[in-house]
Amino acid sequence: MSNLEQFRQEVSAWLEQNCPESMRMPMSSFEDIFPGGRNPEMSNPDQKVWCDRMAERGWTVPHWPKEYGGGGLQKAEINILREEMSRIGARPALTSFGISMLGPALLEFGNEEQKREHLPRIVRGDVRWCQGYSEPNAGSDLASLATAAEDKGDHYLINGQKIWTSYADKCDWIFCLVRTDNSGSKHEGISFMLFDMDQPGVTARPIKLISGSSPFCETFFDNAVADKRNLVGEAGKGWTIAKYLLTHEREMISGFGSAPKIAVADMALESIGADASGRLANSVLRQNIAQYQLDTMVFGATMARVGDEAKAAGGLGPASSIFKYYGTELNKRRNELNLAVLGESALGWEGEAYSEGRVSRDWLRSKGNSIEGGTSEVQLNIIAKRVLGLPDA
Amino acid sequence: MALVLNEEQVMLRDAAAGFLAEKATISHLRDLRDSGDEHGFDPEVWREMTEMGWAGIAIPEAFGGLGYGYTGLGLVLEQAGRNLSASPLQSSVLVAATVIGELGSASQKEALLPAIAAGETLVSLALQEAPHHAPLQCAMSASKEGDHFILSGTKLLVMDAPAADAFIVLARTAGAPGDDDGLSAFLLQAETEGLSVAPGKMVDSRAYGTLTLTDVKVAEDQLLGDIGQASKGLGHALDIINIGLASELLGLSAEAFERTAEYLKERKQFGRVIGSFQGLAHRAAELFAELELARSIVLQALQKIDEGDPDLALYASAAKAKLCEVAQRATNEAIQMHGGIGMTDEYEIGFFIKRARVVQHLFGDYNYHLDRFACQSGF
Ligand SMILES: Cc1cc2nc3c(=O)[nH]c(=O)nc-3n(C[C@H](O)[C@H](O)[C@H](O)COP(=O)(O)OP(=O)(O)OC[C@H]3O[C@@H](n4cnc5c(N)ncnc54)[C@H](O)[C@@H]3O)c2cc1C
Repeated sequence: MSNLEQFRQEVSAWLEQNCPESMRMPMSSFEDIFPGGRNPEMSNPDQKVWCDRMAERGWTVPHWPKEYGGGGLQKAEINILREEMSRIGARPALTSFGISMLGPALLEFGNEEQKREHLPRIVRGDVRWCQGYSEPNAGSDLASLATAAEDKGDHYLINGQKIWTSYADKCDWIFCLVRTDNSGSKHEGISFMLFDMDQPGVTARPIKLISGSSPFCETFFDNAVADKRNLVGEAGKGWTIAKYLLTHEREMISGFGSAPKIAVADMALESIGADASGRLANSVLRQNIAQYQLDTMVFGATMARVGDEAKAAGGLGPASSIFKYYGTELNKRRNELNLAVLGESALGWEGEAYSEGRVSRDWLRSKGNSIEGGTSEVQLNIIAKRVLGLPDA
Repeated sequence: MALVLNEEQVMLRDAAAGFLAEKATISHLRDLRDSGDEHGFDPEVWREMTEMGWAGIAIPEAFGGLGYGYTGLGLVLEQAGRNLSASPLQSSVLVAATVIGELGSASQKEALLPAIAAGETLVSLALQEAPHHAPLQCAMSASKEGDHFILSGTKLLVMDAPAADAFIVLARTAGAPGDDDGLSAFLLQAETEGLSVAPGKMVDSRAYGTLTLTDVKVAEDQLLGDIGQASKGLGHALDIINIGLASELLGLSAEAFERTAEYLKERKQFGRVIGSFQGLAHRAAELFAELELARSIVLQALQKIDEGDPDLALYASAAKAKLCEVAQRATNEAIQMHGGIGMTDEYEIGFFIKRARVVQHLFGDYNYHLDRFACQSGF
């Protein structure tokens, strides 16, 4: 038996013993995603049990090095772990910005002390992180951000405002872009800092979305304190780190473009029916669905072709913009098709008949996919400039 | 299988790129067109291509080929697409040899495939009878009389017909148009009595022909495979063929796009290069993303052929439909973004749209394959 086959048997046996039954059920709502943190929100206490067990083996983040708490697994082993988990329907044990965004940036730019302090806590889900990038006057033009950090010897004092900070009211720490220097161009003088949200100088006020939930906040800093140990990279050189992190964020968001568990065409056959030849009865809708399913299949093949290669090489770089753009536009198309397929019942907002508006709320939320992490237009700018080499205006 | 090329495939692709960019370019195509050459390709260049083994890339070693599989042939077709190289690589190799491989008996394959692989014989498929691809609608009759068949009717859009040595002719030995059963394939030499070829050129300057069969007498041993049972093998061959054509479309779309992207960096208006206008830059970026996706489905579909995947029909229609869509957009944008010069015959960009449309329509266009993709997906 090869080493990989043996590994598969071990994984399979371990999962069988350790994955709680309830964690093998399909997720039915957003609350079923476990983000970790000091006071984790849970729909079921098994979420924490499952996360703890997986974290002990480093399998919440199987590709990170063992020395920082990760699983230290090779690509082939990670695939096996994924396959065995999906075979029993195991949910991801931990999903967080720490894993998908901050971790890769720390591995690339953090010093040894920062990696040893923060990465294991991400793996265990002890600390939940939020992203302090956008400001009221710095959205697409992120580099014009103004939140100020003043050097006070062993710490920085931070004053200013962030906005659209997802889960700021629930997170423990923030990775934050601040301005430490105003004298140069807007891309210079930006610093990448980490600090605790649980301090008097930080206030987070939830903002309600069109989808009815309040996942993001206005975040105010009034003499908030950041320890100097937690300045990542050099002061004033944070823009490179910020951009690197964004490529990972975009890669994560592009996953929304993956094929849904239940094909849109199957939903349509059920609600609309087929003609004598077996074709969906509404030919216009059928064409729209065929185009969407074709693009989803082709997108999946592209994730496999480019994604796997690039992951091995430490991330996609500017190519992440292609995935982010395409994947989020695909997800918006899928949500529009959901409405078309399910008809008026998809537009319910409250009441059991409408599953409390699950379809309409998801549809509304999907509109944000092509805004968060950099808008579709910004992704196209990046492809044009960084990939095709077209000049600036 | 990993969606990457192996070393052998990379070498093959690079060799094809180098050779075709020197010997079979758009400028050669233009010369062939302007000289009125009836065959539409240069036999000397074709001879060199066959000497390098390209005609036998996908033909098994047992039948005189290289046995590299269709992924290898697809890579050469992609390069042929980039250069708009005119040769029988499509008609005789991708199409005819594949059909023979699917339908022929062992002895028929032994007789035909080595000759195709060596470039000694040019065979072409005579399938179509109406302007739209619909293989089961084949109506040409083949009636049995004693120990032979009598074929009569017309076949359209037969690739490289003026240069072909032989044709694979599809006809009905039973059943009605639309039926699965009753479709038979026959191998006819070009000089057969009662068979005439009316040569013609399509918009892409390649040679095609109309075959007219008037009471053509065909012996039983000219049947490819079993009588009345051609449709399954033909269907599988058409899946492979459409994936090969998708490779060619990928090559020509990528080349048309890259030339356009270069032009966006050179041409100046309003005191700046036109690529700095966001209205153009965004369209170019979207097209680039589409091309990256197109590349993935072509490679995946090629690999599915070589893996013998039972769902090949799904991948074939996905690849052809997607590449029809992308080629259409890439070639249209190529002309639009070049402005007036894109409309001139002297400038090469206009050659891409012509070849693209013909390849798009060969063996089923976007509408045909999107419908088939949906059927294959169960709706
Ligand atoms: C659901 C959601 C969650 C988010 N979570 C976070 C978070 O956790 N942390 C965080 O920091 N931020 C977060 N954001 C903020 C997000 O990153 C910004 O909204 C985004 O970068 C756009 O900035 P803006 O809202 O200021 O829009 P603007 O930049 O004002 O854009 C308005 C419009 O102008 C277009 N536009 C702007 N510049 C150009 C240009 N150069 N060329 C062409 N078009 C242009 C945009 O594409 C857009 O269509 C989140 C946003 C959403 C929707």
